[in-house]
Amino acid sequence: MVRLVTHNLLACHAKDCNTNNFPLGFQNVQLEIREAEFNPDFVRAFLPKIEWNALVKTARELGDTSLPDEQPEMVDDDFLQNLHHVLFELHVIEGAMVCPNCKHVYPISDGIPNMLLAEHEIA
Amino acid sequence: MIPTPDVSHLTDKDYSIIYEPAEDTFLFLDALEADAGDLKELKALICLEVGSGSGCISSFVAQILGPSVRAISFSLAGIKVSLECINTSFASPLIHRLWHQVDIILFNPPYVPTEYEEARFAQQGKSIAGAWAGGYDGMQVTNEFLEIVEDLLSERGLFYLVALKQNNVPEIQKRMLHEHSLESKVVLQRRAGREHLFILRFKRQNPS
Repeated sequence: MVRLVTHNLLACHAKDCNTNNFPLGFQNVQLEIREAEFNPDFVRAFLPKIEWNALVKTARELGDTSLPDEQPEMVDDDFLQNLHHVLFELHVIEGAMVCPNCKHVYPISDGIPNMLLAEHEIA
Repeated sequence: MIPTPDVSHLTDKDYSIIYEPAEDTFLFLDALEADAGDLKELKALICLEVGSGSGCISSFVAQILGPSVRAISFSLAGIKVSLECINTSFASPLIHRLWHQVDIILFNPPYVPTEYEEARFAQQGKSIAGAWAGGYDGMQVTNEFLEIVEDLLSERGLFYLVALKQNNVPEIQKRMLHEHSLESKVVLQRRAGREHLFILRFKRQNPS
């Protein structure tokens, strides 16, 4: 399951690729929406872990425009509900993630991202 | 008493490529249950299990933390279990973003001493031998992860490791303290057939 929470924590780790290696761009995506239990306290606690600009950009690329450009100062339930949906209910089942810097392609198959590198690509 | 996770959906075919829960798994579960109080107190947001096999250990931790706590569990292995699965070598694509962020790290490594080449070959392929072949003194794979675990561990985070007596437990503990300032204790140990198994727990020496 490549949910956006996972995507938000993955960076390219190919050899010598150290700058502009996050967020990975989605390609040829097959998207599925699966309902997950909403836990507002958890979403609120998780908020500081999120790279906000990357999340908003990626969600919009996948067609979800519910998140504001900036994190709101007042966090209300509507906002947390939208954030919950983006982080935990959007699943990329098939497709790929591409590094914006070195263009390395990480395929996603059956919901599992393949982040393995060939021996010569390992830092 | 927390029930052992039900893995009855996995078949013999699955167990030809993933490790079937065995004595080491059950000792690991017992150790985690003994530590349940400390684990809950962490208020964990992010858990990471390296090489999760059946997913039994992570599922058990999720039960300990309770339904009101929803830590994100990463399973670093290419096998589908009901967690966030990532097929990767250790955690390298996560280090950039999870620097000192992981609250619970779980690793039951391939710890059986084998020839170096046997372990290297097993780790490259997708055979079941990758679940146990640990190379010289059984530490070939574990050592690679021990080098980066401190980078991932959060300030008050806990790292659990399964080890065999032949892996030289006192040496591992001494090395982690001197090189990475992680202090440790043996949570549980047990003889199971010819294996003398240990569950070690590491944490920061001086958390701020």
